[in-house]
Amino acid sequence: MYPELGQLALILALLLAVLLSVVPLAGSLTGRNNLQAFARPLASGVFVFVGLAFAVLTHAFVTDDFSVAYVANNSNSLLPWYYKFSAVWGGHEGSLLLWILMLAGWTLAVAIFSRRLPAVMISQVLSVLGMVCVGFLLFIVITSNPFDRLLPNVPADGADLNPLLQDFGLIVHPPMLYMGYVGFAVAFAFAIAALINGRLDAAWARWSRPWTTVAWAFLSLGIALGSWWAYYELGWGGWWFWDPVENASLLPWLSGTALMHSLAVTEKRGVFKSWTVLLAIVTFSLSLLGAFLVRSGVLTSVHSFAADPERGTFLLGLLAVTVIASLALYAFRAPVVHVRSRYGSFSREVFLLLNNVLLVSATILVVVGTLYPLVLDYLELGKLSIGEPFFNLTFSPLAVATGLLLGAGIFSRWKKTDGGWLARKLLWPLAISIVATTAVLIGYGGFKPWAFLGVFSAMWVTVATFWDLWEKSSSRKGRLHGLKRQSRSYYGMVLGHLGLAITMAGATVVSNYGIERDVRMVPGDVATVGDYHFVFRDIGARQGANFTAQYGTFDVMLDGERVSVLHPEKRQYSVGMSVMTEADIDAGLFRDIFVAIGERITDEAWAIRLQYKPLVRWLWLGSLFMAAGGFLAIADRRYRIREGADTKVQTDTVAPEPGSATSAGVTS
Amino acid sequence: MHPIRKKRLTIVLFLLVGLAIAVGLTTYALRQNINLFYDPTQISAGEAPVDVRIRAGGMVEEGSVLRDPDSLMVEFKVTDFNASVPVQYTGILPDLFAEGQGVVAMGRLNESGRFVADQVLAKHDENYMPPEVADALEKASKGRHAASGSAETVSY
Repeated sequence: MYPELGQLALILALLLAVLLSVVPLAGSLTGRNNLQAFARPLASGVFVFVGLAFAVLTHAFVTDDFSVAYVANNSNSLLPWYYKFSAVWGGHEGSLLLWILMLAGWTLAVAIFSRRLPAVMISQVLSVLGMVCVGFLLFIVITSNPFDRLLPNVPADGADLNPLLQDFGLIVHPPMLYMGYVGFAVAFAFAIAALINGRLDAAWARWSRPWTTVAWAFLSLGIALGSWWAYYELGWGGWWFWDPVENASLLPWLSGTALMHSLAVTEKRGVFKSWTVLLAIVTFSLSLLGAFLVRSGVLTSVHSFAADPERGTFLLGLLAVTVIASLALYAFRAPVVHVRSRYGSFSREVFLLLNNVLLVSATILVVVGTLYPLVLDYLELGKLSIGEPFFNLTFSPLAVATGLLLGAGIFSRWKKTDGGWLARKLLWPLAISIVATTAVLIGYGGFKPWAFLGVFSAMWVTVATFWDLWEKSSSRKGRLHGLKRQSRSYYGMVLGHLGLAITMAGATVVSNYGIERDVRMVPGDVATVGDYHFVFRDIGARQGANFTAQYGTFDVMLDGERVSVLHPEKRQYSVGMSVMTEADIDAGLFRDIFVAIGERITDEAWAIRLQYKPLVRWLWLGSLFMAAGGFLAIADRRYRIREGADTKVQTDTVAPEPGSATSAGVTS
Repeated sequence: MHPIRKKRLTIVLFLLVGLAIAVGLTTYALRQNINLFYDPTQISAGEAPVDVRIRAGGMVEEGSVLRDPDSLMVEFKVTDFNASVPVQYTGILPDLFAEGQGVVAMGRLNESGRFVADQVLAKHDENYMPPEVADALEKASKGRHAASGSAETVSY
């Protein structure tokens, strides 16, 4: 009975979302306050019913209700309880429900935390979010009902969750990632609302900035978690494969990063408005593209769900409607906006513009590399794949250039920066970075051009960031007072940029100085990787909750001393009879030691993968810094104080821009 | 020149330069790194280029997997039930690699018609079949039907 209630809740949520997308918008266009007042209650209603559906599905998983087809396909009575819980989003239907729950959650959050926004704005923003909800709720109700039953032939037990997904990584990776993906819907909704009522001003940028930053921070965490999971669970020690689905998550991150920076310019200086709006639309469209790529079955990847052409068509339609409608709106409304402020050709504005150019170039590059094979295949022009070398070759220069530009941009001033002054300022950071980079490379044993560029770029960003912090914090009342005086958003920026530097350093060092060896070993053998010796002691067997495992015992020796003992496993899952490799890793801040067992070659001998991974943790540490920076930035006091001030300012600013203020009335 | 126009010109120039670099790099890199897919029938018919990095895929032929007991070298045959290609690989095979399962391999074809793989990908779960392999099998099965003219059904 419960599953039917869940389905009913979804349908009710759909109906409420339809109301949400129409009523407040109509109210805002006709100026009827009583209709606009529906916005917040309807947003809450959608969230409550989607939440109810999600709770029902979770209940079905926890109680092993195998009459529900989705549960039967993705769970098993032997599954430990925490995996039963995370199995809720282990397949297409449930993960889509999680996606919608997050969307409804973001909508509710906007309704709650935007009390100080003008009613017209909030009605339109919530209506646009309502439209997005309608799209996804229709999708789940029509094509992907998670509550379909297997009646009357209820299976005795479930088909089990894919063993790859039985992992802590799966519990946390999708929710974080979806928070990011879906969060960009808020920035999109603000942009569309601003286009509808013609209010593309600094206040609009200030409202949408914290939402964009939070979404971006979640997406950073989600991508990092996915990479970490791949590293220890399925990648045999790889952390980024340029797999189309990884790219799908990177795309909104790249354009979202560009959006964050261009929003900063729009808020501070009132320029780049049209560009910022376009980026907000593009970023959300890329999130939808990601959803399409993963859920339509056009891709072959561990992420892709079983193919169903109907789903692909629906999502493509959703993407097309979103892109066409918002770009049409943009085409009609964007020219209303006009720029008043000026800036020189050498200013912080220009540096941030260049940042956007680089990030958008990187986005285009990844789009081309990801979609090109799909388009060719669709047109039946041949099957081909574009592998890692393409992305490494093209993405790395852009990443290095972004870092170099960032270091210089930190010192630049708004409006106009003197070139000679900037050059003199950069002299010392440049010298320090070169010396430090050389030292690092010597420490890792050898000069490699790409390693130098990558480490130098990271070092340059770090030195420039600290240099700037040092200068800004100088105060007659002492250093500590100076440090305290800096705003939280400034510290957010510092953390974000340091995070980028840390990730870049990690990626560069591990790619250039990591060592990987596949060897054949029998118990008693010793293999050498770099300075480390691996002693294969023996192989044993053990029984897990829903699998049996063979595990090896390896002593890792450095300079004659035992550093650690590792137990990599080969697991055989009892339900699906599938085999899984569980690597064992001795993790450290400066290096990881990685051992995984491959297949059995003879009775005695095994294939073993041994790896030395310097600075690999820095990849994810950097993402943590970036995410922390994002959260710190939105905790800045000025958002609250100024939001309060806005409501006053806004009534004033309406007057000098009659065209934009009345246009809402005209269109009605 | 009018300052606004000058500024716009710089912006446009920046965009163009960025775009040009991106397009240049992309086309260059694309030319170097595209890997075409060939099925066993095409390879054995000599349609695949020699010593160019390509992808090949099909089913691992039953009983064809040969392991070298002293190294990580392994040899197997990939088939679409129409033709088969010997594959040589040194390294660790994926967990789900097995006889009778679909695989995709990356590597180069050598002079003697042997495919030397540097990467072997197997399916991710029980029900999954790489689409290239599915297509290749379908094509091969159609070809066989046309050739023999019989209505025999092939079950995999």
